Amino acid sequence: MRIPCPYCGARDAHEFAYLGDATLTRPDPAAADAADRFHDYVYLRDNPAGRHQEWWYHANGCRQWLRLTRDTRTHAIEAAEPARRDATQADMPGAAS
Amino acid sequence: MSRLNRNRLEAGGLIDRARPLDFVFDGHRYHGYAGDTLASALLANGVRLVGRSFKYHRPRGIFSAGAEEPNALVELRADARREPNSRATVTELFDGLEATSQNRWPSLGLDLLSLNRFLAPFLGAGFYYKTFMWPAAFWEKLYEPVIRRAAGLGRAAREADPDHYEKATAFCDVLVIGAGPAGLMAALAAGRSGARVILADEDFLPGGRLNTMAGEVHGQPAAAFAAHVAAELASLPNVRLMTRTTVFGVYDGGTYGALERVADHLAVPAPFQPRQRLWRIVARRALLAAGATERPIVFGGNDRPGVMLAGAVGTYVQRHAVLPGRHVALFANNDGAWREMLDAAATGANVETVVDVRPNVAPELVEAARARGIRVFTEARVIATQGRTLRSFDVLSPGGRERLAADTLAVSGGWSPCVHLTCHHGGKPAWNEALAAFVPGATPPGLAVAGAANGTFGLGAALREGAGKGAEAAGALGFPVPPLDVPQVEDAPFALTPFWHVGESRGPAFVDLQNDVTAKDVGIAHAEGFRSVEHLKRYTTLGMATDQGRTSNVTGLAIMASLTGASIPETGTTIFRPPYSPVALGALAGHHRGKDFRPVRLTPTHEWARAQGAVFVETGAWLRAQYFPRKGERDWLETVSREVKAVRASVGLIDVSTFGKIDLQGPDAGTLLDRVYINTFSTLAVGKARYGVMLREDGFVMDDGTTARVAPEHYVMTTTTANAAKVYQHLEFCLQVLWPELDVSLASVSEQWAQIAIAGPRSRQVLAKIVDTGVDVTNEGLPFMGAVEARVMGGVEARLFRLSFSGELGYEIAVPARSGAALAEALMQAGEEFAITPYGVEALGVMRIEKGHVSGNELSGQTTARDLGLGRMASTKKDYIGRVMASRPGLVDPARPCLAGFRPVNGSSRLRAGAHFLPLGARPETANDEGYMTSVAYSPHLGHWIGLGLIVRGPERIGERVRAYDPVRGEEFEVEICAPGFIDPEGERLRG
Repeated sequence: MRIPCPYCGARDAHEFAYLGDATLTRPDPAAADAADRFHDYVYLRDNPAGRHQEWWYHANGCRQWLRLTRDTRTHAIEAAEPARRDATQADMPGAAS
Repeated sequence: MSRLNRNRLEAGGLIDRARPLDFVFDGHRYHGYAGDTLASALLANGVRLVGRSFKYHRPRGIFSAGAEEPNALVELRADARREPNSRATVTELFDGLEATSQNRWPSLGLDLLSLNRFLAPFLGAGFYYKTFMWPAAFWEKLYEPVIRRAAGLGRAAREADPDHYEKATAFCDVLVIGAGPAGLMAALAAGRSGARVILADEDFLPGGRLNTMAGEVHGQPAAAFAAHVAAELASLPNVRLMTRTTVFGVYDGGTYGALERVADHLAVPAPFQPRQRLWRIVARRALLAAGATERPIVFGGNDRPGVMLAGAVGTYVQRHAVLPGRHVALFANNDGAWREMLDAAATGANVETVVDVRPNVAPELVEAARARGIRVFTEARVIATQGRTLRSFDVLSPGGRERLAADTLAVSGGWSPCVHLTCHHGGKPAWNEALAAFVPGATPPGLAVAGAANGTFGLGAALREGAGKGAEAAGALGFPVPPLDVPQVEDAPFALTPFWHVGESRGPAFVDLQNDVTAKDVGIAHAEGFRSVEHLKRYTTLGMATDQGRTSNVTGLAIMASLTGASIPETGTTIFRPPYSPVALGALAGHHRGKDFRPVRLTPTHEWARAQGAVFVETGAWLRAQYFPRKGERDWLETVSREVKAVRASVGLIDVSTFGKIDLQGPDAGTLLDRVYINTFSTLAVGKARYGVMLREDGFVMDDGTTARVAPEHYVMTTTTANAAKVYQHLEFCLQVLWPELDVSLASVSEQWAQIAIAGPRSRQVLAKIVDTGVDVTNEGLPFMGAVEARVMGGVEARLFRLSFSGELGYEIAVPARSGAALAEALMQAGEEFAITPYGVEALGVMRIEKGHVSGNELSGQTTARDLGLGRMASTKKDYIGRVMASRPGLVDPARPCLAGFRPVNGSSRLRAGAHFLPLGARPETANDEGYMTSVAYSPHLGHWIGLGLIVRGPERIGERVRAYDPVRGEEFEVEICAPGFIDPEGERLRG
């Protein structure tokens, strides 16, 4: 599989570490039902056949976490965005300096 | 020499008669020429019997001239280089080649195990599953060893492979797989556009079918035309022509696996040359032009040496100038095979008979055959063969039954496109009724198919399709494709009547020659209900092993279809998965074998330690000094005990550079640390260090280590050696995903800093001697847990930490990695007067157990901070990763095993890590299990063994005795629970 890293370009999947579902949000630890919500956050995962948003870490590259949108059936990658949503074009390689 | 090649034509072929080669088969010396395969050279020498079959030990000969070969498998080379199941048909002949036939005992000619033939009734379909079922105990002791001896393929080498294998990656715009007519034209069209092209072919000579056919292309012999195109491709700087390279798999994202046989055609690879190279080819577009494989017709005695695919007969005659026999007959169902035989006859083969199952054959073919004196039988079939190697065969025709002489029977049931690679992403091939063959269905993204692989069997059409699809691939990528002058070749009409199995056969009729699966076996599978194609395969083994049913799959399917009454497409086809052809494990491993399985990391003081006589140990990827034996020491225990005593009495040093080191800078660095550690770091004073524990989000301990604040917005974290990369990744996750609003920058500096610990009552005096003037290392200037930046050894920047893992007064000195060895030397010199002692990780381990510190054995991923006695460190004033989950009832259960110390009741007992704790007198069963010993050491300080372990309610049970039960070693001993911390529990030594 080739992952189009927004910083490094297309790279082999062996350079990356996989974490899983990128749609989860760390619950508010102060919430009254924090224990239940953390349980779901830590343990419950869907296993969709199809479109999936997931975290990949470019361990042997730029060390950035990427949010990939990938089809789990075909491994086709629709999007690879930096985890930091506020990452700007200026952070990207080739940006005018 | 040609006198000895009694079946060699005087002229022609793509062999170099000026380059004779010697080789040995089964101990006999033979001669061949450059350009031969082992198979063609054996045939040239009249060797027809080359192996024994898998189950029944039937004599077998060469069946094909390519990668599809089911029979001619040999052990190639000898001793450590012995390689079983090498296909003689694709083994390039080299001088000194040594090959041995397989699966025969004691010799190929006299094979006592051919008695298996008489056992055939018991070895039929599904015999694995039903014949030897009872009694069960007999399976392991009797049946399996006997079957394994009798049924099998070659023998693997018993020594390590002396050759080396490497891996490489290549990128291209257009990958063309197969350098036959379609592939050559595709590569030419794409190559002339300027696209980066890789053309890979498994043969050593590009050209494919062009090399095996008679006739001309573009006004020159077909093979010369192929050579001409290949020469142009080789001259283009943007084209890479890779011969001897098999593309075996299609992976995601346009990634292709390929195996290049770099030195398989040499007796021994040249110095530093790999034997094989595993390629990962990343292609924006790819074109499969892998050709097609001829398939046989199944009839009685069709496995007799001398029965050979018609295309193979053509190949041996045209390409290798070898006559496979003196009296050739053909059994076919298609026009192409007739033309192949007529061409062979024109080149010099003595073709005597043609048997065709069709009632009507094109009159011009029949006339051409008769003009050559060939007897023609139409609406006829071969029903039996005779001879040790083929001597004669029986024909059944409307005219009756007749026995005819022949030593070579060419057979052709049509052609199957090599669709394998198109199926690697799950695509299913589609049945083409007109061709009676599976053609590519849905292909992997970016992969197109051309030529015979696409069912385009005509040569002219294949050339045109290749050129067109090559241009299309390059054009789609934006390359300007100049028009290509495609040679005009007239295609003979394709005429074939599907015919699979001669029902009137006498004697076993083999579908799968490699696995000895007969048409009758397919019938048994059908009768017993194993009708699905996947069941058929597993029940009969049809299509398994090295050839993966290249010549048998479609035929097997067709026979099953005729039994069930379903059509062939309804019956389906088995799934093709990578690899397309066998890939040696050595090639997949590449250089990652033995000590090179993964890189070894050396500490900055490695050479120094070696000079000190260190014994090294692998800890993760690192090689660390384990201990430093001295002359006269009897064993490692004596050495380690001496090192421990030296530290406790005076001073010692150890390289601790392997710890992970992470540099954190920014206004929010303290906040980040507060959120990842259970304790607080934002309040840590500049110039101080603190021990921290971090959890996973599920509440279990992930890692520990000390973190120092060297400036208000600058922290330096240490992690355990094993978790350095994991913790760094975790911190980046926290910063980039969980809390992107935090302003912190991270850098891994594990490699940049060398760090040496000195420990013992004299360590301050040693340190004082290496720091530069003005650096205060007194108890006031550098108190316990102090961390300062300073200069040492005359201007070398350094960080000094007053830390201790051993329980003694201790320091860690960090300097740039390049100065690590110099620091070790300087410390040795400075400590000479105190008899400073280098110590290794064993002594370090002993001292940390004596002190009661947890380490990797206790940080097992299954322990909480509370389990490890570190629960009180957890802040209650803030949130941190793992806090919520760590408070789950199961994790705060007071009955959880917790850290405790252990000492033997009988002082001389050796303790064992891994021993489980049981109440005294309790039976050794899970219900009574109270925990286990995690770490043990012999304490030279106490003079007996000590241990750390996890035991239910440990801290409440100090003084209680329990049973430590070690069934693995068959030992047990009584131990007393004590507080962890066998030495200086008040920590006076640390602070003094």
